[in-house]
Amino acid sequence: MIGLEHYLTVAATLFVIGIFGLFLNRKNVIILLMSVELILLSVNINLVAFSSFAQDLVGQVFTLLVLTVAAAEAAIGLAILVSFFRNRGTIAVEDVNVMKG
Amino acid sequence: MIQADLNVILPEIFLSLFAMLALLVGVYGGKDRLSVPLIFATAGIFVILAFMVSGSSNGTQIAFKSMFVNDGFARFSKVLILIAAAVVLIISPDYLRSCKLLNFEYPILIALSVVGMMVMVSSGDLMSLYMGLELQSLSLYVVASMRRDSLKSTEAGLKYFVLGALSSGLLLYGASLCYGYAGTTNFEGIIAAVGDDNTDVGLLIGLVLILSGLAFKVSAVPFHMWTPDVYEGAPTPVTAFFATAPKVAAMALFARVMHDAFGGIVGDWQQIITLISLLSMYLGAIAAIGQNNIKRLMAYSSIAHMGYALMGLASGTAVGVGAMLTYMAIYVTMNIGTFAFILTMEREGQPVTDIASLSMLSRAEPAKALAMLVLLFSLAGIPPSLGFFAKWGVWNAAINADLIWLVVASALASAIGAYYYLRIVYLMYFGQEPQEALDQCRAPILSSVMGLSAMIMVVGVVSLFGIEGAAKEAANTLVR
Repeated sequence: MIGLEHYLTVAATLFVIGIFGLFLNRKNVIILLMSVELILLSVNINLVAFSSFAQDLVGQVFTLLVLTVAAAEAAIGLAILVSFFRNRGTIAVEDVNVMKG
Repeated sequence: MIQADLNVILPEIFLSLFAMLALLVGVYGGKDRLSVPLIFATAGIFVILAFMVSGSSNGTQIAFKSMFVNDGFARFSKVLILIAAAVVLIISPDYLRSCKLLNFEYPILIALSVVGMMVMVSSGDLMSLYMGLELQSLSLYVVASMRRDSLKSTEAGLKYFVLGALSSGLLLYGASLCYGYAGTTNFEGIIAAVGDDNTDVGLLIGLVLILSGLAFKVSAVPFHMWTPDVYEGAPTPVTAFFATAPKVAAMALFARVMHDAFGGIVGDWQQIITLISLLSMYLGAIAAIGQNNIKRLMAYSSIAHMGYALMGLASGTAVGVGAMLTYMAIYVTMNIGTFAFILTMEREGQPVTDIASLSMLSRAEPAKALAMLVLLFSLAGIPPSLGFFAKWGVWNAAINADLIWLVVASALASAIGAYYYLRIVYLMYFGQEPQEALDQCRAPILSSVMGLSAMIMVVGVVSLFGIEGAAKEAANTLVR
């Protein structure tokens, strides 16, 4: 029998993978965007699991809102990334370093 | 029923409709030629809305099954946000023109982010909180990277985006845990589920995650890393905006979530806020010392100021929230003046942000140097200025809450922080003769905003124009 804990464990694992992806990744900014998406999706799993086990629809409404915002966020992130690439010629994370201190 | 709900959110609807209409007019009506009229029109709408919000009813109105709360606290914050955004818009055209940045999207994005902030400060539910926060953040990511041909600006936008998205993710994960363990996303439901001694550990984890997401938005240590880079890279009017309205909104949201949703466990969040407030004050004071760029310096200064404002929140009382609101009002006023000064710093028509370029400014432009002197004294919180009374208010609240050690520590931090403000004063009055002087200031709007703000810093000591009383009243509607 798959219980609530199983869903929460999957969501927590995805969340932690997302956070680690943001901090440990040294290669590519696209991977950062993927990690952000992973975090948001782990939240969605959480919300849907809670909502289904509590027999309460609010969580699923919240999920739809999160999905919409995640799409807008990805679009804006990619747009900023494109204009950064035009100026810098690279999207490696270690090259995002003009300003320091 | 729905009509009554819609009436409550009328200012927000009005502003969103205006933003969308302005977008259509901008696209079909003449593109960037329209940007200056649009900037002034948006500022005008902000001022009208500020009057509309402050003049609306006195009581607490609840709309959409308490997803949206319009109480005195929300109204005070909204007026502050709207006025700050209007003034920032008014001071921006000169700079944008000299950088060829007069895009008509600029005022529209600012208007949309202000809609987000207004939703944030009156949210009564985790969903409206999240939607407001994202509307604000997404618009701000775009304005930060508005200068598309500049590496610094796009890098600032990228950094802000990645870290901002991370913080929204943290906040959202916390929100999902709160939903799961409280069984509802409504603040009223959450506060009922959060008891004094039998609070679920899941709710506490959710609280901590929401807290860290919010700390990110107010740029409190340890979530401050984005602030200096974004302040330096973004165009200066945008930086001025970042330092004012979003900070007020995030701080008000902070107070609202802590008191409306987690008001039952003050002791639990109080210790966290005390710690981040202390760290922010010290990091802001120490890291600013080595800065040569005035925008970076203002970033660290704003981190330190957020530390002081959080001190009011850390006391966990209505007095503390009132002191925090007063602090934010004074902080916004002096920051707008300081940024108006930074906007006038130009050499041969090109903006400069080097602190060394200010040396012996008092000889070239005595009035401007004097206004900046008053503003810097106020930022440092040196006694006869208004900035000191802002700090006095939060200290009072903290003493009432038995946080005397925090008050002593913050007094020390402000003494350390005074050094870098006074260094600028020293340069302006006793520095070396510069090789190339700054241009004479020829922008009447900038000088008058700067003069007005400096004047408030002096006159405010005598009378605060009723701000303090209004803040106290607003705080009483939040903390019951």
